[in-house]
Order: sequence, then structure tokens, then C-alpha cells
Amino acid sequence: MDKGVDTKFLESRQLDTIATDILKPVGISKGFMIWMGFLSVLLLACIYTFIVQCEKGLIVTGMRDYVSWGMYISTFVFFVASSLVGMLITSVLGLIGYNWAKPIGRIAEIVAVGFAAIAGVIIVVDMGRPERLPFVFMYGRIQSPIFWDITVVTTYLVLSLLLYFLPLIPDLAIAKGRMGHTPRWLQRTYQTLSLNWKHTPEQYKILFRSIRIFLILIIPNALAIHTVTSWLFALNPRAGWDSTNFGPYFVSGAFVCGVAAVIVVMYFVRNSLKLEKYLTLDLFDKVGKLLVLVAIIYLYFNLNEFLVPGYKMAKFSAPEINELFTGKYALIFWFAEFGGIILPIVLLLFRQMRKPLPMLLISIVVLFASWVKRLIIVVPTLANPYLPKEFVPHTWMVYKPTFIETANTIGCFVIIAMIISVLVKLFPVIPIWEMAEEKTKTEEDTRH
Amino acid sequence: MNKKDDMIGTRRDFFKKFSLIGGGIAAGGAALYSGYNYEQSKPDHNYVKVLTADNKLVEVPKDSIREVKVDVTMLQKRGREGLKGHRWTWVIDLSRCKNARKCVEACQSAHHLRPYEYHITTLIMQQRVDTPAYFMPKPCQHCDNPPCVEVCPVNATFKRQDGVVLIDNERCIGCRFCMAACPYSARIFHWEDPVKEEEDRGKPYNVELNIPQRKGTITKCLMSSDRLREGKLPYCVSACPNSVYYFGDENEDCVTNGTTKETVRLSELLKVNGGYHLMEELGTKPRIYYLPPKNRNYDFPGPEAENGYKEGKT
Repeated sequence: MDKGVDTKFLESRQLDTIATDILKPVGISKGFMIWMGFLSVLLLACIYTFIVQCEKGLIVTGMRDYVSWGMYISTFVFFVASSLVGMLITSVLGLIGYNWAKPIGRIAEIVAVGFAAIAGVIIVVDMGRPERLPFVFMYGRIQSPIFWDITVVTTYLVLSLLLYFLPLIPDLAIAKGRMGHTPRWLQRTYQTLSLNWKHTPEQYKILFRSIRIFLILIIPNALAIHTVTSWLFALNPRAGWDSTNFGPYFVSGAFVCGVAAVIVVMYFVRNSLKLEKYLTLDLFDKVGKLLVLVAIIYLYFNLNEFLVPGYKMAKFSAPEINELFTGKYALIFWFAEFGGIILPIVLLLFRQMRKPLPMLLISIVVLFASWVKRLIIVVPTLANPYLPKEFVPHTWMVYKPTFIETANTIGCFVIIAMIISVLVKLFPVIPIWEMAEEKTKTEEDTRH
Repeated sequence: MNKKDDMIGTRRDFFKKFSLIGGGIAAGGAALYSGYNYEQSKPDHNYVKVLTADNKLVEVPKDSIREVKVDVTMLQKRGREGLKGHRWTWVIDLSRCKNARKCVEACQSAHHLRPYEYHITTLIMQQRVDTPAYFMPKPCQHCDNPPCVEVCPVNATFKRQDGVVLIDNERCIGCRFCMAACPYSARIFHWEDPVKEEEDRGKPYNVELNIPQRKGTITKCLMSSDRLREGKLPYCVSACPNSVYYFGDENEDCVTNGTTKETVRLSELLKVNGGYHLMEELGTKPRIYYLPPKNRNYDFPGPEAENGYKEGKT
């Protein structure tokens, strides 16, 4: 990327076709208005349930003294996990030189930004005293894993935003004069955000360099966010979380739900925005194979996570293992394992399954199973403490999420959907200049 | 001597005497006045003996003593510092507990808790199916390597110099990380308004008593720090009818039984009875000692206790 800046693509015919195609769906359509209106109404309802929770306290949730973390923290882990895909697709695949992933680079960053931004929100929803959030910055203690988590997740959000925004700048400048069909305010926003981009070779040189630096920086940062998130559990003296496997187990699981999330967004971009020309069947085929790869890695870490304690059946971990394998959590545990790992591995090995619609359906199952998987990581361990649970109300023994708790969680998903929708619909969702550069290069290569 | 001379002499004398007396009065008055002023400004030489926080007996002039108003700042400062020179410790004799739960009741009434909200509770413990069960009072273990304190993001829960682990509910953000970190399940959370919320509203917050309790924050066993400050035994220790608890200072190597008020050597008590810590293999270094439950002659709690479940009175 860095070697010699070639801005030949700017004069090519390719650029014009690509820009016209990609900018065509940009703007506010009727469907977009209805979709955003629907999400807003849903969000308002969820804000109401959050206000109820603030007034009455966390008693409105299913959490009690034994299971003191529930759906909120599980969903937080799920959000952080899903955001990791930005690093996998733009950074890892990009630095290796897999150029086929270029069209979905921006989609991956949009998913990363959306999920990373709202991961912090659901933590505030989980707090008993949300108004005391500033205390974390005023009295923060460096020993606390929460401090580490806030630091790395914020850094990741900033880096992901930069990796979304920097490659977008030339596209915003390219869009100038091609945006006749969009409202004036959007054109003016493009004008401002394009930072007076002039397409000089010097500018491109700086752009390439800075993107490359961020692509490298985000790799350790992305590994850190999910490793530290796994440490929120593994650092506690609790039998079920007492695992040195937790860091890689979480990171590998993150790639599975991240790739699934990207596939879902890809499907809707391809079908609703009519960008079949860029999100090709060949691309879906390759992303399908990528999902198989990450799911196989995750399967390996799952074997380590459950087979080893399951074989030993140590005194304090045995009750939980029994509950997971054959007891009261068996149904959701095996659903999470089969739906989230085995299903994509087996089905996506077949070429016919690596088509947009089957992949969408598989990805939705994978996403749901991945979310359930986080509940399975958080709840059973808390429900099986070292000392017996006695002399407390019967309802404290088991965790049953309540309606308000579920609604607040859905509210966070709604905000993510809104962020992703706005970024997908109002800005070029496929990198125009990168595609043009790619096409020009391939053309030249074939000519020689 | 003529009359005139006499007259003159007399007048002169008169003036002389007058000025002498007048000068004397003025000087005397001034002396008296300055003396009075001096006496007024002189410090009071009445001293009183005062015992400082670090157990030193000192004398201070009576007039320099000022009464300190008990406000939150002062309560917080002394609550976070702790009682200097002490290392409080607790010995729980499991062979004596008959599950009277008087300790639980005393604690709940002192700290304004509901009947199922525990700073201290008793548990029915059974190691194996074929060994008799025993009752185990379980307060916070006030670990010397407390996992809960390590993970707290805002320094709301802290370890004092006298060994007590406290929670400051004016600082707590309610993230419940400490609950996840505590292997003894010693911490509870106010999921709803505390039971005496209205009654306690407006009281200055005492971190050593954790009153007023607050919704959305953690509460836990405080080793009755407010009682220790007054030189008294903790609420639960004094309430026990079965001589289960010994409480004292590790630095003095002696502990006092809360029921019989008998004071014994701590090291001797632990040595003779085989004192141990609860789950010390976790590396938490608990401050609370347990004496083994020998001579167990209680009824089996029934099959439901075998798998760890037993719903008690609520």
C-alpha cells in the first residue's frame, strides 16, 4: 500500500461508474424513513423501561444476590465480541494482502463502531447508580480490570472510527457534484467532512501511511479489549471462571459472532441498496469460508474449556458442569454449542450454502447462539458459588430475566441498528476510491 | 512666722500632698488595670487529660478544647483511617453453634436490613453425605488479600489499617464486580429501596455503620466498626447465646468470648483447637478464624441440604 502512490485511478472511467453505482442508493428514501421511525418508536419504549428501572432500582431485573450479573453483562460481552470483526477484516486480511475483502472493509468498521460504542451504554444500564458514572474517571483505580476495560474499549472505538473515517475522506470529495439526488444538508455535511480533500499524491501518501499505522495499532488493541473482557470473569476466584483459557476462548468466539454480524449487514446492503455488483456471490462464498475457519478455531477452544474440567470433575466445578451438560442449562448450552459452532462449520462446507440467503439465515442463528453463549458463561458460574445458598427467598436461587431487563437490552440493540443504518444509508458503504484503484490495477496487470 | 507665710506654706503643702496622692492613685490604678489585663490575657492553667486515637495519654489546656461537630467529612475521615494500633480478629467456634441466629437478628436490626439481607448468616454445612452436618456462621472474612477491594473501580470498598474491610455507599457505583469477586458470597446489593429508607433519610452517613443504607449500592459486614470505636464487642458477638464468638485484637494476642466475657490467649486457643481459615487455598488470607465443628450432635438437615439447597425461613 505504501510503496509509491499511484493516483492514476482518479482519471479512469472506472471511477465514474463505481462512484455512480455506489452513490445511487445514498440518501433518505421512504423505506429508510419508515425503518428509522420504527426503530425510534422502539427506542422510546425502551427508554421508558430504563426510566422505570432507574426509579425502582435493579429489583425490576431478574438479578439477585447470587446471580448478580445477568443479561446486561452477557450482552456487553456480546457487543465487545461483535466489534472485534473490524480488526479481523480490515486489519488482518488487509495487511496480509487479501484484496477480496476490500469491498466489505467499511461494513466491518461500521459494525465495529456500532457495537463498540454501545458496549459502554449497556454497562451504564447495568449500574446500580448510573448517575455516578463520572466517579469512574474521578476516583478511578488502576488495579481494577474495569479501568483497563474502559481504557482499551475507548481506544478501540477511537481507532475504529479513524479506520472508518480516514478512507472515507476521498470518497466524500469524489461524491461532490454526484449528489444531486440527496438533500442539501447531507451535501453540506459531505463538504465539511471531506476536509477540503484535493486528491493530490501528497495527500494520498499521508493517508496511506496513517491508515497503515492504525491498521497495525488496532491488532494488539482489539486482542486487548476481548482479553480484558474475559478477565472481568477469569480474575475472580470463582470455580467456573477459573480458566487460563479464557482470553483466547473469548477472542476466537468474538470472530465467530463478528463475521456473522457482517454477513447480516452484507445481505441487507446487497439486497436493499442493490449493490450486487460489488458484494458479489464470490465475495459471499469467501466470507462463508472465513466463518467456517473462525468457527473451527472457536470449536478448538471450546473443547479445551469444557472437556478438561468435564474430565476432572473437580469438587467445585462439577455441579456447574453437570448443570450445563445434562442439567437445567443443558438445552441452551447445547443450542449454543451446536447452533453457534457446529452448524456453521457443517453447513457452510457445502458450496450451495455459501449463497446470500442461506448465509443470512445461518448467521442469524449463529448470532443468537453466540448471545446465548455469553449468558451461559456468566450466569451458571454465579449461580454455583462455593458456599451453599440458604435462608433466602426461593426466587433468588435461579435467574429469570424479566420483561424490563429484556426491553432495556433490546433498546441497546436498537441503538446499534440505528448507528449501522445511518452509516450504511447516508454514506458510501463500499469504498469508492479503493475499488477504483483495485480495478485499475487489475486492468493494467491484464494488459501487461 | 507670719500668717501669710503660713498660708503660703499650707497651700504649697496642700499641692504637694495633693499631687503625691493623685499620682499614687493614678499609678495604682494603672497598675491594677494592667494587672487585670494581664490576668485576663493569661492562659488558663487548668489542664485536662485526654486519650489520643493512638492510645497516648496527653494533657491539653481546658480552654483550647473545642467540640467537633460530627459531620459526614469527619465520619468519612475517621472511618477510612480505622483504629490505629489494632488488628481486629474473630474466632468462630463451630462446635458451639446451634443455629439460634440471634447474631443474624442483632446485625439486621443494627444495620437496618430485611430478614433475608445478611451481613452475617448461618449456613448448614455438610462435607459428605455420611458425615453429620454443622452450622457455620458466615460474616465477611475481612481478608488481608481481599479480591473485592482489588477489583473495585472507584475505591468504594477499602481495607483499613485495623484489618476491617468497609464499603462507602456514597462512592459505590453499583457495578457489583466485588460481588462476583467474593468467593464467600459475603456481599449483598440493595436491589430496591432499603427497608428503613424513609426513616434514615437525612441522617449523616456513617461509613462505619453503613447507615443510611442506599438503593443501588453494596452493603456488607462491617465488623461493627462503630462499636469497636466505643470499645464494645460487635453486635453479633454480644448477641450470641451459645458462646460461639471470640473477638479481640491480634496485636494483643487475646480474644474475648461475647457470651461469657471470658478473655483467652488467641494463639493458645487456635493451637489447642486447630483453628483454620475458610477456603484459605484461594489465597485471600481471611482474618476470621474457625475452630473445627467437633462433637457434632445435631440432626441431619435432610436430603435437600445434600445438594446445597435448603430454603430457610424468610
